Order: sequence, then C-alpha cells, then structure tokens
Amino acid sequence: MKGELVPLNLLPIGNFGIVKHIISKGSNRRRLMDLGLITDTTVVSLRKSPSGDPIAYEIRGTVIALRSEEASNILVKIINSEGGNLL
Amino acid sequence: MIATEQISNKNILDQIFGIQINSPDEIIIALAGNPNTGKSTVFNSLTGLNQHTGNWPGKTVNNAQGSYNHNNKNYILVDLPGTYSLLANSIEEEVARDFICYGDPKTTVVIADATCLERNLILLLQILEITDNVVLCVNLMDEAQRKGIEVDLVQLSKILGIPVVGTNARDKIGLDKLKDMVEMVSLGKMDLKPMKVTYNEDVNKILINIEKKLEKNVKKNINYRWLAINFINNPMNIHETMKFLQEYGYLNEDENIEKITDEVKDILFEKNIILQDVQDNIVSTIVKKSEEIYKQIIDIKNKNYNKIDRKIDDILTSKTFGIPIMLSLLAVIFWITIQGANYPSDALANLFFYIEGYLDKFFLHYRLPLWLHGILVLGVYRTLAWVISVMLPPMAIFFPLFTLLEDLGYLPRIAFNLDNFFKKACAHGKQALTMCMGFGCNAAGVISCRIIDSPRERLIAIITNNFVPCNGRFPILISIAMIFLGGGFTGGFQSVIATLAVINVIVLGVIITLIVSKILSKTILKGLPSSFTLELPPYRKPQIGRILIRSILDRTLFVLGRAVMVAAPAGLIIWLMANTTINGNSILDHGANILNPFGKLIGMDGYIIMAFLLGLPANEIVIPILVMSYMSTGAMLELESLEALRLLLIDNGWTWLTAVCVMIFTLLHFPCGTTLLTIKKETQSLKWTLLSFLIPTVSGIIVCFIIAQTTRLLGFA
Repeated sequence: MKGELVPLNLLPIGNFGIVKHIISKGSNRRRLMDLGLITDTTVVSLRKSPSGDPIAYEIRGTVIALRSEEASNILVKIINSEGGNLL
Repeated sequence: MIATEQISNKNILDQIFGIQINSPDEIIIALAGNPNTGKSTVFNSLTGLNQHTGNWPGKTVNNAQGSYNHNNKNYILVDLPGTYSLLANSIEEEVARDFICYGDPKTTVVIADATCLERNLILLLQILEITDNVVLCVNLMDEAQRKGIEVDLVQLSKILGIPVVGTNARDKIGLDKLKDMVEMVSLGKMDLKPMKVTYNEDVNKILINIEKKLEKNVKKNINYRWLAINFINNPMNIHETMKFLQEYGYLNEDENIEKITDEVKDILFEKNIILQDVQDNIVSTIVKKSEEIYKQIIDIKNKNYNKIDRKIDDILTSKTFGIPIMLSLLAVIFWITIQGANYPSDALANLFFYIEGYLDKFFLHYRLPLWLHGILVLGVYRTLAWVISVMLPPMAIFFPLFTLLEDLGYLPRIAFNLDNFFKKACAHGKQALTMCMGFGCNAAGVISCRIIDSPRERLIAIITNNFVPCNGRFPILISIAMIFLGGGFTGGFQSVIATLAVINVIVLGVIITLIVSKILSKTILKGLPSSFTLELPPYRKPQIGRILIRSILDRTLFVLGRAVMVAAPAGLIIWLMANTTINGNSILDHGANILNPFGKLIGMDGYIIMAFLLGLPANEIVIPILVMSYMSTGAMLELESLEALRLLLIDNGWTWLTAVCVMIFTLLHFPCGTTLLTIKKETQSLKWTLLSFLIPTVSGIIVCFIIAQTTRLLGFA
C-alpha cells in the first residue's frame, strides 16, 4: 500500500500519513484546514473509539477525533508505520 | 434612521455587542483564543468577581465581560468565544471577528496553549491581519515545562513583532506582566511591528484589487485588507457586510451598495480565478507560516512528552474497557454522593428540627394563631428544611466530583466513546457533552447545547436533554432506590444496590435519548448528522481550589437558591391545599382522587401524579409534597430516617411496582419550570418548548403503563 493514496479513515492505527488531497468542499473543507490539515501535513492515526468510529488523529501537536464520513474525504500517503519521517 | 451622521463607536459597542462603558477613559480589551487554552482561567484570574455574563445581542453565544484596574486605569475585558479560526462562518467566529474588527478594542490579547502552540499560532496570525494591537499570552507554561517543551518567548516576540508574555493563569503567575504589556500597547507606548503574512502573487492581486475598490467607497479607518480577506472567504456575505457598513456610517448613505457588492463579486468570480484555490491558499499560507515560526521557537527535550496522555487514553477509550470504565466512574461518583450525603443530611435535618422546636416555642409564647404557625412553620419552614437537608449534601458532593472530571479533561473522552451511538441516532457528537451537563441541571444542559453549530442537531439535543436525570431528580431516585430496592440489605450493601439501580435508570435515560433523537431525525427534524471535529485536549492537573469554588458557588448554591425560591411559596400553597377542606376532604385529596384512576393505570396513584404536577416549579419538592399529602396532619413528615419514609409509603399502598414506576416517571416526565423557560429562551419558539414538554411526558406514561399492566397481567404485583 505504501505510496498509494488512501482515505484517512483507512490509515492503520499507529501509522503516519501525509495529507495529499482534501475532497470536502465549503465549510467542511474550511473547518479541516483551520485545524492545520493542509497539503503535506503529517498526521498520525492514534486510536479508534470503542465502537470503531470516530478515530483520533494527531494533527500538529493536538489530538482531534474525526468521524469516518469526514476522514474519508482526506486522502493521505502512508509513509511509515514506526515514525521516522515525522517532520 | 442612522447613517447620515456617523455613529460613534460607543453606540456600536452598545448596540451590536451589548457592551456598556461608564466613562470614555475605560479601556476595552478583547480576549481571544482557541478552545481549551485556559482562556477562561486567564479571564477569571484577571477580573476576579468583577464580571458578568450574558448573551451577544440577538445571538445565542455567551458573552462574558469583566473589568480590572491597573495603574489607576480601568480595563474592560471582553471574553470572545473560543474558536480555531476567524475565517469560517460559524456564529462564534462571526462574533469574535466582528468584535475585533468593529468593536475597536484597544488591545486584543490572544491566549495560546504552550503545549500546542503550532495550532494556536494559526488564530494569532489571522488576528494580526485585523489589528496590530495584539499581545500574545502563552498560557500553561508550567504544563509545557513538565512535558519537556521549551518555548523561546523572546524569540517568538521578535519574530511576531508583538509583546509575548508567558503565564500560568491558575497560579496567577505572569499576570502582572500581562497587564503591563496590555497597558503599554493600549496607551500606544510601544512600537509594534507585527509580522504580516504574504500570500502568493495571485491572491495578492485579488486582495489589492478589492482593497482599491473599497478605498474609493468605504471611509473611516477600517482595515481594507481584512475586509478583502473576509470577502474572499465568505463571498455570500458581501452584501450583508456592506449593509452593515452603511448602517454604521462606514459608507455614505447615498452609496449604492448593490453596485459595490457586484463590483467586488466581479473581481472574485473573474473567469480565470478558482475561488476555492484562493481560499485554500490563504489558509495554507497561514498554517505554513505558523509551522515555520513554531519550529524556530520550540525545543522539545522529551520527544515522548505526551506518552502519559496516550497511555491514559489507551485505557479510558479502550475497546474493551472504555465504556465499562465510564459507567464505573459514574457509579463511583453516585456511590460517594449517596454514601457521603447520608450523614450530613441527617445532621442538617436534626439541626432544622431542633430550630423548629424554638420556632414552636416562639409561636406559643406570643400566642400567635394556629393557622399562622401552620402556614409558616409546618408549610414554608418544613418544606425549606426538607429541600435544604435533602439537596444540599448530595449537590455539594456531586458537583465538585463532576467538575473534577470536567477539569481533568475526561468529558471529551466520554463524547469520543459515545459518538458512534449519537451518529447512528443522526445526532451531533457533542450531544454526549450536553447530556452530561444535564446530570447537573437540565437548564444548564439546555444552555450548553450552544456548542452545537447545526440548528437541527441543537434542537434535538435541547429536546432530549431532559431524558437524563438532573440533580433535583437524583434525590427522588436515590431515596426510593434505597428504600425499596436496597431495602432487604443492610449498611454499605444497601447503597451499592441503590447505586446500581440509579445507574440503570441513567443508562435507560441515555438509551431513550438516543431512540428519541433518532425518531426526531427521521420525522420532524429530518436530516443527516453534520460533520464535526472533537478535540481531545491533554489531561490537566485539576485545580482543586477552583473546582470547589466554581462548583459550590456557580452550581450548588445556584441550584439550591433556585430550589429554595420555589420551595418556600410552594410549601405555603401546598400546606393550604392540604389543610383547606371542602366536604370533609382537603383540596389536595380531591385533586388526588380525580387523578387516582389515571395514576393506578400507570402503576402509581393520584397523590403521586399530583406531586409531580405540583412539582413543576422544581423536581426537588416532589417527595416533600407527596409526604405532606400522605400525612394525615397535612404537614411534612419529620425526617427521622428513611425507615420512617418507607413505612409511610408502604402504609399508603406502595409496592416495588410503585417504586419502579415512580423512578421511571421521575426520569420521563415534563422538564421543570426553569428548564422549560430556558428552552423557550434558547429556541425562541413555543412549538419546540411544547414538544419538549410533551415528548418526555408521553413516553413516561407509555413506559409506565406497559410496565404496570404487564406485571399485573403476569400476576407479579
């Protein structure tokens, strides 16, 4: 899967992804970008909630939970499972 | 109408922002920042008790104002809603950006969290687009230090070109320096060279074109560049903004705002411009700039600084343990409340009845009429005594414990754990939070629904808030559970059983909340759940002192005060009803007799229904009314023990079925008067208020009917 673009909600827990494309439009797009989710931002998939959705991500030093509908509109490139290219 | 002559700034402040200044010497300061940065701690530390809260005129957004004195100058501090950005279109952001832009604060203080500065800088850079007079307050410095995050404040100030102050607001560290800096900036004693973001060529061209356009028409000192940025981000609001500018004298009355609006739109919608790219570029440029600054001023000594937070989250939100832990925590809180409240409740009751003895003597000594003694002592005083001794101890224990969870940062985790259920009910994830607030007080819960942006989901949250029992209803649940469900057991075990029973009622309340939310979403409030983002902020060391003060003053005494205000006249009226006889029976008896067949149908009796109806002003007085009407004397029972209450109830035909139905009906009936008024205020609609009354009441009647009839049919009771 490495190198391919996947929706953020499918980024395996513990993995890093680099945001490559945001599909959402309008105010949803704006809200995501205001949290610092812009192209080339590194995000980490941290944990799933007990029922599997939403999923918490680390975004620019903060932890933000997104529902799958939302996260599926963010396409990321998986880089590495154990860290490394964090910055 | 206005417009021909310019409206002074004082009027704008008053009319649009609801801010009154006493003298022109007062200095207005805005307080902005992301949510979860300790902004309200800074606000409280600076203003102390000199503050008042209300709404922004015409908007359901909280508006807190306070004042402080520094070097003989009076400062008015306006606490803006916590937001991540100022560019999007939520009401909170609109309020914040309008105030900074048109409210003309002398200084805007931006509060940032030292442990996640990068994201916080995004808002700061946006604010620097509106005004130069900014002081950055980097709060939670102690937390950052503990986590091994070092912030170079001097370098940050150099880069940004504005004063930067590090604070620990909860220990009041750095606040004097903050006040000094605010003074310097406000009085123009400081040379500010704020950093400005540079956008790419294309964006710049558009900005300059709009600015030129505005310069021609818009007069007075207004930030054209910010207006231009705002227009790019909210092109649908250009006309509205123009109208606003004209109304408040920024534009001449004879200017044709339609024409100006169209001209600005022509610039924005030119055929080789893709607006979304322009908007993206503005946001991205700011985010990248924040990242760039952040890297220059931060030194992370401990790369795993948030390891402990992650570990705690692993447990508290774990697939297996997340929800059980949540329920256990709730159970522990209730158990401590029930167990801990017993002793002080008894002590208070004893005290009150000791005092009553003196009151009796007083009435006897002065040969005051018997009816006066009845009304004042047996009616008003005993009801008050009951309400205070039953309510005060559990609230004084429950609210601090609940505030402790809030302070620790656990509540967002509850929302995280439960969100999927709310999503399936087509409701907003933050409804979990407003629901939790309802445990304290449903009126407070209804107000807290403001955190939900989407009007549809906010209504759902408001209407269903009453399905979680508030503090006024817990005493009913707890005492009945203790008597009838824990009755066979002794000592500590009794309260364990009672706790379990109460937890069950709560879980039932949550389930019904979800079911009703879903039904509403599929019928009168159709729609899909809107998107939302939920921040899980770092766990914080709780501020025990502040928790005690906040929960005792703001919550306990507030709720108790309300209950007392209601209970005193209610005690009087009910005593009169119980002691005025027509044809040998009291008015209360007559009422109860009429309601009795209906009461029996749903597993209760006429007196219980009567008590709930008379308890409309406040749920706290349901039990006292019931007790009063069961007592032949028409006055309230002396609160010797729960055992006395048990005997009284059994004498009046209570079985475990009655107990269960009363507990269910306690959970599922109309909201109290205060909550209904609050709902009316928040929804501005009689229809939704009426529905909020009917939905729980009807569901209560149905559930109790089914339980009562099935048990009777099966011959259990």
